[in-house]
Amino acid sequence: MTDEQGTTGAILVVGGGISGLTAALEAAEVGNDVFLVEKNAYMGGRVSQLNQYFPKLCPPSCGLEINFKRIKDNRRIRTYTMTTVKSVSGGPGNYQVTLETAPRYVNSNCTACGDCAAACPDEIDNEFNFGMNKSKAAYLPHEMAFPRRFVINKAGLSADGAAAVKAACKYDAVDLDMQTETRTIEVASIIYATGWTPYDPTKMDNLKFGQSNAIVTNMMIERMAAPGGPTDGAILRPGDNKEPESFAFVQCAGSRDENHLEYCSYICCMATFKQMTYIRERYPEAKIYVFYIDLRTPGKYEKFREKLMGDANSTFIKGKVADIIVEADGGVTVVAENAVTGDKIHQKVDMAILATGMQPTQAIAPVNGGQEMDSNGFVVSNRATGILSAGCACKAADVVTSNQSATAAALKAIQVTRR
Amino acid sequence: MDKKICAYICTGCGIGEALNIEELSGIVSGEMKTECKDHSCLCGSEGRAFLEADKAAGINTFVVCACSPRVMQTEFDLGDDTITVRANLREQVIWSAGQAEEGSEDSHQEWLNETAGDYVRMACARAKKTDLPEPYLLETLHKEILVMGGGLAGMTAAREASLAGSKVTIVERAAQLGGKALGWTKQFPTKAPYAELEAPTIGALIAEVEADANITVVLNTEVARIGGAPGNFGATFKPAGTKSEWDAPAKVGVDEQDRISKGEMEDPNAGLKPYAKNNGDAQKFGAVVLATGWVPADVSGYEHLGYTDNDRVVTNAEFEKMAKDGKLSGMNSVAFVMSPGGEEHDQDFPYANSVTSMVALKQAKYVRENNADAKAYILYQHMRTPGNMEMFYKGVQQDDGIFMTKAAVTSVTPSGNGCTVVAKNTLLGEDLSLDVDLVVLAAGMEPTTKHENSINLAYRQGPAFLDLDLFDGYADSHFICFPYETRRTGVYTCGGVRKAMNMEESMEDATGAALKAIQCIESADRGVSVHPRSGDKTFPEFFMQRCTQCKRCTEECPFGALDDDDKGTPLPNPTRCRRCGTCMGACPERIIGFKDYNVDLIGSMIKAIEVPEDDEDKLRILVLVCENDAYPALDMAGMRKHKISHMLRFIPVRCLGSVNMAWIRDALSAGLDGAMLIGCKYGDDYQCHFVKGSEIANKRMENIGDSLSTLGLEPERVRSEQVAITDYDKLPQLLNDFVDEIVELGPNPFKGF
Repeated sequence: MTDEQGTTGAILVVGGGISGLTAALEAAEVGNDVFLVEKNAYMGGRVSQLNQYFPKLCPPSCGLEINFKRIKDNRRIRTYTMTTVKSVSGGPGNYQVTLETAPRYVNSNCTACGDCAAACPDEIDNEFNFGMNKSKAAYLPHEMAFPRRFVINKAGLSADGAAAVKAACKYDAVDLDMQTETRTIEVASIIYATGWTPYDPTKMDNLKFGQSNAIVTNMMIERMAAPGGPTDGAILRPGDNKEPESFAFVQCAGSRDENHLEYCSYICCMATFKQMTYIRERYPEAKIYVFYIDLRTPGKYEKFREKLMGDANSTFIKGKVADIIVEADGGVTVVAENAVTGDKIHQKVDMAILATGMQPTQAIAPVNGGQEMDSNGFVVSNRATGILSAGCACKAADVVTSNQSATAAALKAIQVTRR
Repeated sequence: MDKKICAYICTGCGIGEALNIEELSGIVSGEMKTECKDHSCLCGSEGRAFLEADKAAGINTFVVCACSPRVMQTEFDLGDDTITVRANLREQVIWSAGQAEEGSEDSHQEWLNETAGDYVRMACARAKKTDLPEPYLLETLHKEILVMGGGLAGMTAAREASLAGSKVTIVERAAQLGGKALGWTKQFPTKAPYAELEAPTIGALIAEVEADANITVVLNTEVARIGGAPGNFGATFKPAGTKSEWDAPAKVGVDEQDRISKGEMEDPNAGLKPYAKNNGDAQKFGAVVLATGWVPADVSGYEHLGYTDNDRVVTNAEFEKMAKDGKLSGMNSVAFVMSPGGEEHDQDFPYANSVTSMVALKQAKYVRENNADAKAYILYQHMRTPGNMEMFYKGVQQDDGIFMTKAAVTSVTPSGNGCTVVAKNTLLGEDLSLDVDLVVLAAGMEPTTKHENSINLAYRQGPAFLDLDLFDGYADSHFICFPYETRRTGVYTCGGVRKAMNMEESMEDATGAALKAIQCIESADRGVSVHPRSGDKTFPEFFMQRCTQCKRCTEECPFGALDDDDKGTPLPNPTRCRRCGTCMGACPERIIGFKDYNVDLIGSMIKAIEVPEDDEDKLRILVLVCENDAYPALDMAGMRKHKISHMLRFIPVRCLGSVNMAWIRDALSAGLDGAMLIGCKYGDDYQCHFVKGSEIANKRMENIGDSLSTLGLEPERVRSEQVAITDYDKLPQLLNDFVDEIVELGPNPFKGF
């Protein structure tokens, strides 16, 4: 594509999480045109669901906010939400990419005033909160959502609901007849920043996810701890809302396991230490048990680990969890063998948190987009084709490494435009 | 620009129902002497057409009284030749008003209108004082990139920049390119199935660099100093290992300079050219990539490991050399010790990151490949093979000549021709005593910045990166979100100097750094700021005639953008500047300002606030809010319809560092009853995008409290608070509590003077 500014090529970034945002912004701030497409109705991806980042314990929305501001200030980036890649043809320097945008049922007249949600009688599971609460069928995906525009889940809307929502909007922004749109764009190179999905915990039979409310995932804890989450920041056992007095962290829930994810998911150890601080803030006396194989908190993360390992009410057990037993009182018993002492451990707790690993989203829902993938579904950058990957689409990584990777991918994508 | 201002009040989103629009229009057209129009949905297509039509009719300054400036930015952007100023009537007025208490509906309505009136007044005042920015452009822009260090990271950065069309010079201290990687026998696997070590690639990279016409290689050379600014850096080279009169001078503070002139202190920079002296022979560059790498950590301090007096104890770096030199014969049993803590702690050697775990696995394979009967023992506390390196670890586990166990190594002592290693708490269920031919310690990789300035800047704030201790010696000022930030604009670090990393990570990191270097040069070329205010065309302008050489701006700039002359008059370097305005906040003479943000502009907004007299229900409190985190939190509080006291008046600021204490004094002398600053968290885990802004503002506020007392005002009338962007549920309480305290203190005694 040649635009009025005379640049010789645009870049497509697929995925609007932290890696995609970074890749898009870094490229656009060099001066390239960028298309940034995101399948969700909002930008920010996985990190927007996190309560805090480790080890600084700062909110991800702080960094996202400034990235959104950079997007708003930069006319070189065109963003498309609810949009996926349908097909890619052509070659490096001139790819034709067909994009498909699902109907939002709310058009650009939306002022985000919130009247539609207030009027909507229908509720749907709140996906952003892993179904732990409900949202209206006309909703803002989450409080800090960018773009700040409502979405309607048409399938979740009753006839009365449809009428109410339409009537409530003073700006004629509700359009329930909106159709799927496709458009074809021309780009020189493509960066897949399609991120990761928490490994499906029901695949591990022994960990009994879904069989007890006391068994939750680490990502669910992030939502519970978040101020705008389903419990407004309280960590409560789903179902009975019990304030847990004891917690077990089950590390490597799916990772480092040939039957599941053969690689190490990189972030789960630090995520657990971080979540220990969430628990401590709310329950100073709660007992915490961490079952691990190795504690992978290298480099500057060691200090953080050291501080939390000094916690008198926390116990660290080197041993992989073999089983979780559902108990009648709503709690669970975690079964493991201590690899150092050889002791068999049966630890009863009120809540077990599965430190589920990171699966590349391309392993679950691959795009027909010319990308090269390894056996685990990670996208391998190919400089010759100009089809590249960034962040957790290419390897399990923390946020800082993802951003480095995205910055590097941006340069490789630019090189294609300048060949 | 000849300004034609018009204000537009949007009556959509409930604004029209909640507020008396006629009264607001009256304020604009009467008091503020500005034309005023209203529209039922200004952000919609009709509203936008309405604005466009006015633009065509000659309006060039639009005062949009509608929603928060954080939303509908594109809709209200009428082009580069126009100015848009926003008044936040939705989030900050009607959504934050709460419900009227029963029986007080009238006063609730009155308060609401007064609040809205003040926001409209402030926006009009701002519009009058805002000018269109004209970007700062260097007379000559230099685009070549300087890469310091010719190892893997440096060469990769150079090569990647070259592939994007940039010219690059690599300066390398040694007599050859390649750095530490020249000594590696084999490399970690980089592709699935991650099973086999790979042959070194450094030779191929050297060949590529040498053949690249865009890249100039300068060997046996160091950088004595770098002066100037992005787009116009001047680097003075010198033969490696020599001293030069152009070496970068050490930082000399104001007090030290005093003592030096009085002869009470030796001048650390005797014989050196002053930092601000321009070397005509310096080579010009647009940006710098620092890739000076790492040095093996000293492990002689761990007495129980016996490195100092036992030549059968070596470091991993030394072992690598032995392997490279083919000197592994006789090494039939080798123990790799990963953690030095014994029974005290289970951490790895400092600066190990996860690299040393992988190095031990690799070197254990060398032992086995050298002699099929040899044994390797890896004694670790936590095996760290993140991501795909786990598969490499799995593969090494299959080798039955490599034994691995968690272990607390308590001693290494000489025995015969080798060593005895004693370890506790092993996975074997018993203590371990191993007799081996050699012990390899998994020493860390210390960044060169831990030992020397490395970057050698000739800057007012000194030659080194700042506050390195917060990041273990690494220059990584915005760690997590913005990994290439160093607080020195146009200078980006990569490779071992920023983190202990393996070759693959190093190459990726170097590629990112190359992008940042190119981006900084392109931004300088366009006359705009780099992150975090990317694209900002404004820059601070100084009215030097009134400068008193107090040096506050040069000292406080978080990015070291300001140098100074012999007298202490600031010498701005706009391409180093991040536009946070900390200099403007620091200046007691109020002579620093931006086209759209200056002391007079905010001062006029404060003066535009109507201050009712003799009404204790209508106190007025100024709140200066950091636009980065605190202002969004305030917006969110509005979205959640939290009630915020009608006595507060919020003004967004670029960073609390830009808050000039004149504003606080002006506010209190104008009869406002209190003033508060809300900004980002500071301290070791600071969240301030400009690193130091909120911390500096807090200090200034402590001082102003003292000066208020001398005027007979209670110091409690001013306060500084830190919030996170997610504190939107806590913020109303924090604000309303402050209001209660001010109400308790009573009206400002200066009111009406």
